[in-house]
Amino acid sequence: MKTTTKLWIGLGIFILLSPLGLMLPELFKAGDAWGEWGTDGIKELIGYIPRGLEKLSSFWSAPMPDYAFKGWEEKGLTHLSFAYIISAVLGIIIITAVILLLGKFISKKED
Amino acid sequence: MHIPDGYLGPATCGVLYAVMLPIWAFASKIVKKTLRSRQVPMLAIAAAFSFVIMMFNVPIPGGTTGHAVGAVLAAILLGPWAACIAVTVALVVQALLFGDGGITAIGANCFNMAFVEVFVGYYIYKIISGHSSVISARRVIAAGIAGYVAINIAAFSAAVLFGIQPLLHRAASGESLYCPYGLNVAIPAMLGEHMLIFGWVEAIVTAMVIKYLQKQDPNILETAEEVIE
Repeated sequence: MKTTTKLWIGLGIFILLSPLGLMLPELFKAGDAWGEWGTDGIKELIGYIPRGLEKLSSFWSAPMPDYAFKGWEEKGLTHLSFAYIISAVLGIIIITAVILLLGKFISKKED
Repeated sequence: MHIPDGYLGPATCGVLYAVMLPIWAFASKIVKKTLRSRQVPMLAIAAAFSFVIMMFNVPIPGGTTGHAVGAVLAAILLGPWAACIAVTVALVVQALLFGDGGITAIGANCFNMAFVEVFVGYYIYKIISGHSSVISARRVIAAGIAGYVAINIAAFSAAVLFGIQPLLHRAASGESLYCPYGLNVAIPAMLGEHMLIFGWVEAIVTAMVIKYLQKQDPNILETAEEVIE
């Protein structure tokens, strides 16, 4: 088997295991990454929402915020894990497509 | 380390886009001359790996979370300029599709993870590896140390961007406008957690993949050696 094939399989395993990245923080009661709090989180920390931050924080509405489907914020861990895996698959498909396309323009012909 | 929209003021965001534009342009130029078309699948794998490894949030019990970036692995396998492009693509997809990292902060996040981490990691790996054989244990150790140090320097860079906001922007009332924490809080927080936990994750992941490739297909590592910086 070609090494690249094996690496793709490896990536597939990472995709299936990715919900660990949701479950472990939940299990160990760990919150947001430092500096990545939402507006509610920052209000809890410092007592107010900085005005510029509040304005800019809604600058972009991502189609799958936090690697979940819109409106799934309150769903349980099983649903969120499913959405997480779908996000990983989608993300990797898009990234691969972009790189293969870019690769047509930014690689030299075989020597 | 994905700075969201709203934490950096317009000046910081603008400056970092302005810094990254020529880096992206130069990277494309270099890669066009050096990347073989048969290496393109590896470029896609490196970007996909970086994307998925960043989904593995590692908890600090009762505290925050963080993750590896995979940028140093990309740099070792493809050279720093191609790695810069791979990690940039991963970060842009994360920001646009998943709201992980702000749109206004794409320049900043790419600077930290696709430029600083990539180049620091690459040169540390090169310096420690020296002229050792591509299947030597020294390379595995070099990869680990490069991963650990590079993600910490990237975290430091992110902390500086966070930390200068209170100096740059403040309302008349004294309230912060963007990131409310100064350098005295941001640097110990970001650097501390990466030195303690996330740096080790990056080190182990990077070293293990290199170790695997040494056994599985040293040719890939040989090809990597021929990449022009």
